[in-house]
Amino acid sequence: MPKITYIAFDGTPYVVEAREGTTVMENAIRNSVPGIEAECGGACACATCHVYVDEAWRAATGEPEPMEEDMLDFAFDLRPNSRLSCQIRVSAALDGLVVRIPERQG
Amino acid sequence: MSEVIEADAVIVGAGPVGLFAVFELGLLDVRCHLVDILDKPGGQCAELYPEKPIYDIPGFPIITGQGLTENLLAQIRPFEPTFHFGQMVTALTRRPDGRFDVETDAETHFIAKAVIIAAGGGSFQPKRPPVPGIEAYEGKSVFYSVRKMEAFRGEEVLIVGGGDSALDWTLNLQPLAKRLTLLHRRDAFRAAPDTVNKMRALVAEGAMDLLFGQVTGLEGADGQVGAAIVTDNEDREHRIPATRILPFFGLTMKLGPIADWGLNLHENLIPVDTEKFETSEPGIFSIGDINWYPGKLKLILSGFHEAALMAQVVSRIVYPNKKILFQYTTSSTSLQKKLGVA
Ligand SMILES: Cc1cc2nc3c(=O)[nH]c(=O)nc-3n(C[C@H](O)[C@H](O)[C@H](O)COP(=O)(O)OP(=O)(O)OC[C@H]3O[C@@H](n4cnc5c(N)ncnc54)[C@H](O)[C@@H]3O)c2cc1C
Repeated sequence: MPKITYIAFDGTPYVVEAREGTTVMENAIRNSVPGIEAECGGACACATCHVYVDEAWRAATGEPEPMEEDMLDFAFDLRPNSRLSCQIRVSAALDGLVVRIPERQG
Repeated sequence: MSEVIEADAVIVGAGPVGLFAVFELGLLDVRCHLVDILDKPGGQCAELYPEKPIYDIPGFPIITGQGLTENLLAQIRPFEPTFHFGQMVTALTRRPDGRFDVETDAETHFIAKAVIIAAGGGSFQPKRPPVPGIEAYEGKSVFYSVRKMEAFRGEEVLIVGGGDSALDWTLNLQPLAKRLTLLHRRDAFRAAPDTVNKMRALVAEGAMDLLFGQVTGLEGADGQVGAAIVTDNEDREHRIPATRILPFFGLTMKLGPIADWGLNLHENLIPVDTEKFETSEPGIFSIGDINWYPGKLKLILSGFHEAALMAQVVSRIVYPNKKILFQYTTSSTSLQKKLGVA
């Protein structure tokens, strides 16, 4: 199974095995990774599952769709590598993905 | 202080569950006042996902958040609820006569026989942007809403955001302001196309400025901001003179003043029993996402069920001597009279 590394705001890494087809947000919630709230449950309606994608993985994860861009307007401390983790789907190509978690979600 | 409103029941929160409570209470002749900090009914359904489909409302294979809100409003219309929008319930205290004083930040004062807290995820409040030290300017020169337009006349106004609020206030305040700048993180807006076009025309005329980037710092003293430091998307810094700043970054839900009402809480939720949905204070009820009991599911349909059971108990408070008959809306003429269909 693909591995995802979440780096919490305090630097603690959480390495998680993720099934293909699930989202990066769902795996964080299932494994109690701190700092991802996902208030809306993955409907791209709240911007509280915001992560920073590691530079090395930006091409592989792709660019946000317009709906995600609209929600990102509401995210806290936005950067060029900001994504909503409910909109990143796990695939074999993302094995080893690293994402960082912002200080807070809003 | 404005006049006092005497009420059977005050419902805190006009989300789907607060709205349906009006129906269940109305069938039992309990008249309701609803208060919500939003300027419209529907709670999360209307504010967070008006266009998204919901698939688990019984009897509706598919309905949008806005569609459900509109249907609920149509369903409760016969009971003529009174809405008080744009107000936050700040205080709830028991009176010596056993009723409750309910007060809002707009100085509305109710005296209610029963209070139903249907506050969902808490009150919607504006999101604060991640700018160091912004707290010191809030309410003095940084505002999250416009209460009086006159406060912006002759000022250097900076509006931040790319949604309808940011664009609407840009158009409204541009004629008053000494100079107006709209700042958004990217050259795409989530607002009505007509408004966006009007804004772009003003920029083309040189009547206002449009910038792309984020506020990264503020300059000023004693709560009065003087300029904003804006970092653009190429990482260059700009100093934008600004004496009034209006950030519009959407809303988030915070428990808010409910924590101060002397109720027992369980992880920011209000524990209730599953017979009456009453809180630790008799006469104060809690239904919908804000309550907690073993097995609780934060679903709209659970909130509807809770409203029906709560209403039975509240009607006994409002009409202590009246016998409650169990009746169906299909067959009871008296219920149908109340609904205006018989
Ligand atoms: C994206 C998304 C998708 C969802 N999909 C579904 C679904 O498919 N099915 C389902 O059953 N549920 C779904 N939900 C959950 C559902 O929306 C909630 O269960 C429902 O909105 C709860 O209703 P409520 O009336 O209890 O509270 P809310 O809808 O949260 O409304 C509470 C209202 O109370 C107001 N309020 C709070 N405190 C105060 C105060 N002190 N003074 C004044 N006003 C106050 C708030 O401003 C708010 O408007 C979804 C939620 C989201 C975000």
